[in-house]
Amino acid sequence: MIENKSFSARFGRLTIYAIVIFLALTCLLPLWNIVAISFSGGDAVASNKVGLTPINTTFEAYKMIMEDSQFWRSFGISIQRVILSLVINMVLIVTMAYPLSKTKREFRGRGIYMNLLIFAMLFNGGMIPTYLVVKNLDMLNTIWALVLPGAVQVFSIILVMNFFIGVPKSLEEAAIMDGANPLQVLIKVYIPISMPALATVALFSIVGNWNDFFSGLIYMTKVTNYPLMTYIQSLTISIEEMLKAGATSSDLANAGEVSNKNLNAAKIVVSCVPLLLIYPMLQKYFITGIVVGSVKE
Amino acid sequence: MFQQPHLKIENGKDPLASTKRKKSKKIVTKEEMFYHSMLLPGMIFLIIFTFVPMFGVIMAFQDYVPAKGIRASEFVGFEHFKYMFSLPDIGKLFRNTIVIAIGKIVLGSLLAIVFAILLNEVRLKLLKKSIQTIVYLPHFLSWVVLASVVVNMFSLDGTINQILAFFGIDKLNFLGSNKLFQPLLIGTDVWKEFGYNSIVYLAALTAIDPGLHEAASIDGANWWKRIWNITLPGMLPIILLLAVLSLPNVLNAGFDQVYNLYSPMVYESGDILDTYVYRVGLMGREYSFGTAVGLFKSVIGIILIISANNAAKKYTDRKLF
Repeated sequence: MIENKSFSARFGRLTIYAIVIFLALTCLLPLWNIVAISFSGGDAVASNKVGLTPINTTFEAYKMIMEDSQFWRSFGISIQRVILSLVINMVLIVTMAYPLSKTKREFRGRGIYMNLLIFAMLFNGGMIPTYLVVKNLDMLNTIWALVLPGAVQVFSIILVMNFFIGVPKSLEEAAIMDGANPLQVLIKVYIPISMPALATVALFSIVGNWNDFFSGLIYMTKVTNYPLMTYIQSLTISIEEMLKAGATSSDLANAGEVSNKNLNAAKIVVSCVPLLLIYPMLQKYFITGIVVGSVKE
Repeated sequence: MFQQPHLKIENGKDPLASTKRKKSKKIVTKEEMFYHSMLLPGMIFLIIFTFVPMFGVIMAFQDYVPAKGIRASEFVGFEHFKYMFSLPDIGKLFRNTIVIAIGKIVLGSLLAIVFAILLNEVRLKLLKKSIQTIVYLPHFLSWVVLASVVVNMFSLDGTINQILAFFGIDKLNFLGSNKLFQPLLIGTDVWKEFGYNSIVYLAALTAIDPGLHEAASIDGANWWKRIWNITLPGMLPIILLLAVLSLPNVLNAGFDQVYNLYSPMVYESGDILDTYVYRVGLMGREYSFGTAVGLFKSVIGIILIISANNAAKKYTDRKLF
């Protein structure tokens, strides 16, 4: 591209760089501040002195987390939930997307199933009827309450279905010529070729389940059964309530609450570690997912 | 469908059609049986956790008593809906929900579009990549985590108030004031999502022919003129599409965010339909009433989705379903 090297053009370019860097910093610094707080001593945190570098650096908060059995119990519940959901979601996504990727001639029931799925995506009974179903199935306080209500991810199914529709028919025909049955066609042809789409929906499932606090809140009546996000939410709410109500840090210090602030910061940091570990993959496949997802049916 | 009429006259029936019908009525093929059985497990889950609760909305027309269940509870017709509209708070709930949701949609798209245009001008590969890595991050974090970040920033002695104090401005109670709470919700949601939302717009930008920009530069068009006359028109279809598709969200103000940030002090400006259903319906055990409010919201939502889909079909070549 031909660049205009005049002063104003250079100044303009500089302004653009300044704005995008500023926006990126607004995303980064508040998060970084929490990390710095988690490594700081209680007094410095209480007086709000911590900026971007820890003050009176200490690992005390992390040591306390190591001994917090409920934190690790919740962490374990979340991991268990993510793995169970991932397996169930992926099996159902593949087994539902494959038949639906067939044409109406190949599979005459397709229309009915599609309408049911779309209706399920558009309309739902709402919070309370769903809660009552889970309750009547005696699933309250079990891991299944966190996994099964979200077993069928309609949006992901449609995304993968669209990807399957795009798979060249000749590949399938060649496999059938070689004597493959439909199941073998699915496993040998469709799944390997659809890895990017499958990775995308797998990551949807992982992030969604890890981040969800609401099912834990309504389906678990005992704190010991809380998944990690629900547990953290229940911890931070008390101190935040006070801050929101207009309390200053000195009030909180008097209430003996503020020493929790760096502990809570540390808990938040640890709770984000699994997501940060898969973040490079997230970045790669979520973008693919957006592009694939915009393919029309 | 394309049968010629004269074929039908023979003996009152059409041999061709009957063989055709025979073929289509043929027992389900082996492949089709396989397809049905593949769909079966998913459909069972869908029926239990999606379709059964849909029948549960009958509760909205009953005085639901958990001990009696849906079958034995007494029907009260539209009582709960009448009660809902008689509440002084209901207008406020709808207003809060719609204002917060529309604010998020409009400002969120605007910032995402502007950011995409600006980022597209960044030529340093490494810088561009690093900025993208950072701005996409908040999208992947839970509101539970981000609420702590927001409180840490916006509480009375948080970072923002320290900055304001530096400029000699009085402390602002963002989290406890009904004037500031809605802007806070909108602003922090825009902050969380603008990077991620810009992905689609960035993709649209790369599809614009750079030759157009070159030609315009040669003709003496400055940056603003090129953005206005080339870039924005090039992005317009995707902007319109996303605007139409966001229509159904005007009743989704974001439960997770509001629930993690609000307090009784800001119910006046921050309470939305979803938080109300949770608090009154589920926690307050007013199951029937809560379901009625939820059902009302769902019905408006489905009308909006169908309108959005029709509009998208009409004005663009894409659709939701």
